[in-house]
Amino acid sequence: MMKQLSQRLLGPVTLVLLGLTFWLGLWVTPPDKVQGNLVRLLYVHPAIAWVALYVSFGTATIASGLYLWKRTRSLTMDRIAHCAMEVSVVFIVLTLVTGSIWGRPTWGVWWAWDARLTSTAILGVLALGYLALRRANDDPTLRARRSAVFAILSAINVPIIHFSVQWWKTLHQGATVFTSSRQVLVHGVMAWTLLISFVGFTLLFFWLLRARYRLEVEREESSAATLDEVLAARRSEGAL
Amino acid sequence: MIRTALLVCAKDLRIEARSRVLLWQVVPFGVMALLLSGLALGPAHAGSSSAGPGLFYLVSLFVALLMINRSQGIESTPGTKASVATLGLDPAGVFLGKSLALAVELWITGVVLLAGAVLVLHTALHGAVLALPSIGVTLAAIAAAGTLYGALTTGGEGAATLLPVLTLPAFAPLLIAGERSFSAALHGGTLWEWWVILVVALVAYLAVGILLYGVLEES
Repeated sequence: MMKQLSQRLLGPVTLVLLGLTFWLGLWVTPPDKVQGNLVRLLYVHPAIAWVALYVSFGTATIASGLYLWKRTRSLTMDRIAHCAMEVSVVFIVLTLVTGSIWGRPTWGVWWAWDARLTSTAILGVLALGYLALRRANDDPTLRARRSAVFAILSAINVPIIHFSVQWWKTLHQGATVFTSSRQVLVHGVMAWTLLISFVGFTLLFFWLLRARYRLEVEREESSAATLDEVLAARRSEGAL
Repeated sequence: MIRTALLVCAKDLRIEARSRVLLWQVVPFGVMALLLSGLALGPAHAGSSSAGPGLFYLVSLFVALLMINRSQGIESTPGTKASVATLGLDPAGVFLGKSLALAVELWITGVVLLAGAVLVLHTALHGAVLALPSIGVTLAAIAAAGTLYGALTTGGEGAATLLPVLTLPAFAPLLIAGERSFSAALHGGTLWEWWVILVVALVAYLAVGILLYGVLEES
């Protein structure tokens, strides 16, 4: 009952939170002292990046790890990893696009050879590589094993992206919400907008993941049914 | 595990020594790629020693791709997988052996390419010699990572084209660290920071390979 209710509410709650983010970000919050109205893009960019790097890629990695662990090995884990990675690709592209739109007026260029940007782009290529690897193998078990190993190997890039602003001198700013000294640098309505944005985009990920997962199950069922029909047709031909 | 590793390494190197693909195909390809890189940059830029480390590693990566394909090709010949399974060889040992053989091949090609960089790209000989240990570690890390990624693509549809898509993004951090340590050796910068990254990367890839190669072999 609770599960059904939460599944039904997931979509509407996500839409409300995202609507709230856009209303607060575009109309309620004041312009920034330094960045002016450009700051409004920062109510969505960090939340999208959070989902791209940590939530979706993290889900794909954990599901892959659980697939490789014999006790929890099941095709459900493989499906979750696959669907999460697909959603991750969308969010990585959105991260790069929103960052680029913000970077053009701020840095004067659409793209900079910055450690954070470059490593995020590399993660995007790795996520695409994961999808390509899945397409290259027809056997479900082989595909699941190989893609699970690849997802775990690719996840090495996530801490590199996270710490890139500390390890290298980058154009991309460091932590703003929580600094290394545990000081929150964003306050008031700006902080609330950012928080709502993070929750909203996280829920959007789970909504998309759920929809994609159901689609994948239906696709598998449909291809299995088609195969059964073809086999039945062949058998009836043989009987004639 | 070590015994299996040495056996597999010796087997791969023996195959390479007999077929002479490394000598007659891979090394000439690397030298040609180095020359073409110099031509693409133009005489003014190619002649400055600053271009050397980057081009050296870029060409090394292309050479590594050829070698990984070849190394995995040996394993996918009919009956090889079945023989390995029947012999009960430790997958971790197989991984280490294949990585070591690939590293040896890359080291040999690396020496030739380094000589090419000194001659053609005017890379300072003294700096190149100083960079040798870091080059050795970088190429070993590329070999370990390449063996893993190669096993991922073996037998799949379009394996030859899939391999660069999967490996090149993974090699990027190694390329950066290798190039920086080489440049530091040439221009007198701090070497140890890049050394640490390279050694950590090598150990990480070896550890992941030892743990997961068996899973890929099962498939």
